[in-house]
Amino acid sequence: MFYREAGQFKSTYQADMAVFPIRQDRIGLAVILLIAFIGIPLIGNDFFITSVMIPFLVFSLAAIGLNILTGYTGLISLGTAAFMGVGAYAAYKMTTAFPGVNIIVLILVSGLFSAAIGVLFGLPSLRIKGFYLAVATLAAQFFLQWAFVRVPWLFNYNASGAIEVPQRLLFGIPVTGASASPETRYYVCLCLVIVMTWFASNLVHGKIGRSWMAVRDMDIAAELMGIKLLTAKLLAFAVSSFYAGVAGAMMIFLWYGGGEAADVFNIRLSFNILFMVIIGGLGSLIGSFFGAAFIASLPTIMKFGLPALGVPLSGATAEHVTFMLVGALIIVFLIVEPHGLARLWQIGKQKLRTWPFPY
Amino acid sequence: MNAELMNVTGEPIREKSEVLLAVQNVSLRFGGVKAISDVSFDIRKGEVRAIIGPNGAGKTSMLNCINGFYQPQEGQITFKGQRRDRMKPHRAAAAGIARTFQNVALFKGMSTLDNIMTGRTLKMKRGFFWQALRHGPAMTEEIEHRRVVEDIIDFLQIEHIRKLPVGKLPYGLQKRVELGRALAMEPELLLLDEPMAGMNLEEKEDMCRFILDVNQQFGTTIALIEHDMGVVMDLSDRVVVLEYGRKIADGTPSEVKADQKVIDAYLGVAH
Repeated sequence: MFYREAGQFKSTYQADMAVFPIRQDRIGLAVILLIAFIGIPLIGNDFFITSVMIPFLVFSLAAIGLNILTGYTGLISLGTAAFMGVGAYAAYKMTTAFPGVNIIVLILVSGLFSAAIGVLFGLPSLRIKGFYLAVATLAAQFFLQWAFVRVPWLFNYNASGAIEVPQRLLFGIPVTGASASPETRYYVCLCLVIVMTWFASNLVHGKIGRSWMAVRDMDIAAELMGIKLLTAKLLAFAVSSFYAGVAGAMMIFLWYGGGEAADVFNIRLSFNILFMVIIGGLGSLIGSFFGAAFIASLPTIMKFGLPALGVPLSGATAEHVTFMLVGALIIVFLIVEPHGLARLWQIGKQKLRTWPFPY
Repeated sequence: MNAELMNVTGEPIREKSEVLLAVQNVSLRFGGVKAISDVSFDIRKGEVRAIIGPNGAGKTSMLNCINGFYQPQEGQITFKGQRRDRMKPHRAAAAGIARTFQNVALFKGMSTLDNIMTGRTLKMKRGFFWQALRHGPAMTEEIEHRRVVEDIIDFLQIEHIRKLPVGKLPYGLQKRVELGRALAMEPELLLLDEPMAGMNLEEKEDMCRFILDVNQQFGTTIALIEHDMGVVMDLSDRVVVLEYGRKIADGTPSEVKADQKVIDAYLGVAH
């Protein structure tokens, strides 16, 4: 009734090719952005922002990265956490080497290092596919995780072996380090995620996205269209690792504020991000957000939300229940809706379009 | 259908046109199996050239050699006067050879529009930076190619399925979308591998009309593999017949039809 494209005629190809061709979608997006920029900092307390919103944003970005590789190009990777780690260490090395350079610039540049490493480990993808590629990227995970612990140069020979995030200012306001307020860090994360999502959306809706999907769906025919398989696959690896790297740098600098990075960027994180992509929906940007919201906030909701509602649940039990719940849900999703939350969202929108007369 | 299409075949002008693609003494082996042995033929500019033969005769292997999926061990292939050695499929695409497949090879997760747009990939020049912005020159380019693609959609009469994912379309329409994708490349040589396999009569007639229209309106040279002899005889200007990897006949449809070796190959021969 309210959500309907009747009467919205497209008279140009540009309007027809818009990412959100329906007016109600654009209004919805504007409302979400308003809530994100004004509503959440106003309503949410520090706890909500630091342990729900910032993790959600960081994971969304990492999930978008993996979705570009797995969902759009059809290449499975189990090395996402390692590529995130490369971003975190690159940002740390650079900000200690060049303290004067803007930290946002450094976080983005650290993604380039991650992209380079991603391309290196993506090279076998021309020859191997599926499970075999997953194992090859697993090698990246183990090797890089080893390097994070064993190469002291990476963490500047700290006695603790951890990244210590220094304070960095942006327009005179601390954005990283102990004195940065949650709101500031949230805003920085939000802006980065929005801008990078916009770029990702542009890429997947244009020529490059089409060649990625062509490689995914039928690589023989893609080659025949003049798409070079190696170039397309390596570009997917590069862009994907870039997103993962930026997400990793954000994770350490804007969320954790330092810590034992080798413990953070472990194989469990890689799997978690893969779950986000699968539950959210392969080959869907909005699905990445759904998946990240689901997997990242479920533990927090179980741990803090239920006791707040009066359901007695100890921290340890909550953790166990979360594990079981996530496991069960993954199986349910794989059977019932292999296209994930994004498909459910689409079905819901389709239903809404024809409501209340679905015939 | 026959009376109308017969006019097309055997036009004298075609006989004189230049050679677009020449296959000379090509042999292809897979280990000990000889798929093609010592086959030579040519395809002239602007003609419809049929490649026929019983199952396993090496027809599809021949197409695969022409667009670079297989590298023949012996012989050479000359396209537009240029001899090609180690050919890669994407280089063949850039040279102007497009192709459809025996069992439809569409990008199943993408819409009809996106599938056909993929055919324009080589013609789109804007790089990564502009693609990431999707504004300015990248958008202008996208719209320009969308216009061409819409013309093709119009030509093939598939407007109604423009935005549907191709995986869910009926088989006949999928074949048509695949033809559209090949046409979007604006090829000089279009290779069609059994474009009418598994279609009903009406769909076959539609496809025949599209093939002839492509040939006449766009001047595209067409090489097609087909098992329906009626279609082959009506559509093609010249026919080459393969059997067990060897060429057994080459000529106009009427010549080939009368050839004793061809009759033997298809009907079997008494021993």
